[in-house]
Amino acid sequence: MVYITRKLEFSASHLYHNPALSADENRHIFGKCNNPHGHGHNYTLEVTIAGEPDPVTGMVLDLKELKEILECEITQRMDHRFLNYEVAELKNQIPTCENVARVIWNLLEPKIPQGHLHRVRLYESADLFADCYRNGAKGLA
Amino acid sequence: MADTLHVELGRRYHFAASHRLHNAKLSEEQNHRIYGKCNNPYGHGHNYTVEVRVSGEVDPATGMIANLADLDAFVNEQVIEPFDHRSLQDEVPAFRETVPTTENLCVEIFQRLKGFPVAKLEAVRVVETSNNSFEYAGD
Repeated sequence: MVYITRKLEFSASHLYHNPALSADENRHIFGKCNNPHGHGHNYTLEVTIAGEPDPVTGMVLDLKELKEILECEITQRMDHRFLNYEVAELKNQIPTCENVARVIWNLLEPKIPQGHLHRVRLYESADLFADCYRNGAKGLA
Repeated sequence: MADTLHVELGRRYHFAASHRLHNAKLSEEQNHRIYGKCNNPYGHGHNYTVEVRVSGEVDPATGMIANLADLDAFVNEQVIEPFDHRSLQDEVPAFRETVPTTENLCVEIFQRLKGFPVAKLEAVRVVETSNNSFEYAGD
């Protein structure tokens, strides 16, 4: 099995607010992230595909094809958007790194034509990220 | 669909510390041969990065595996405060008898963090320099 990783960057804004909680609870749990006007990050996404290299092309998956999938599914949907209001998949969810990574997984997994999605790693900053794997398929980090 | 996913939260922390690699059970010559420059009697320092990964259910009310404020407070108390701007073998009791290689440091940090009450500790990775990193996920 070979693992290939493609990276992409996008910028987006978000805020954390749960309408089921009081203003005080929101402020207490989410801190600055609860600022009602939102704030933004430069996100870095690493997408890892696992598979056997095709004997003819030598590729697990043509990176050009992966780049187009990422452009269509992620960049067009999330880049320079306000995640809470403009990304339908995040409606009614707090757009934490964990939840955004999960949404990205669910968007990408059915679109991978060769090999399979092994890991989605989403960096919200250099010091904070979330990883997503299929349950029981973690294996190589 | 989300329930079939395993999600981890990763957080990086930074501290600076000095160490000297020296095993009192070995001769001066053996120490010098094994540890080279790292055996310099006055020690030397690094800017360490500690990557901590935890897993658990993503709480639907908060969208979080663990609140970063809780994780940060725990790591600060257990690791950053006792290690930052310290001489590891002189000021951290765990390294009085154990050589403070970054392998041993990584294991020590894992032991200190595995009791995090909010989420399961998956792994600790310690980056000693941009060229060297060490990872431990428990036995």
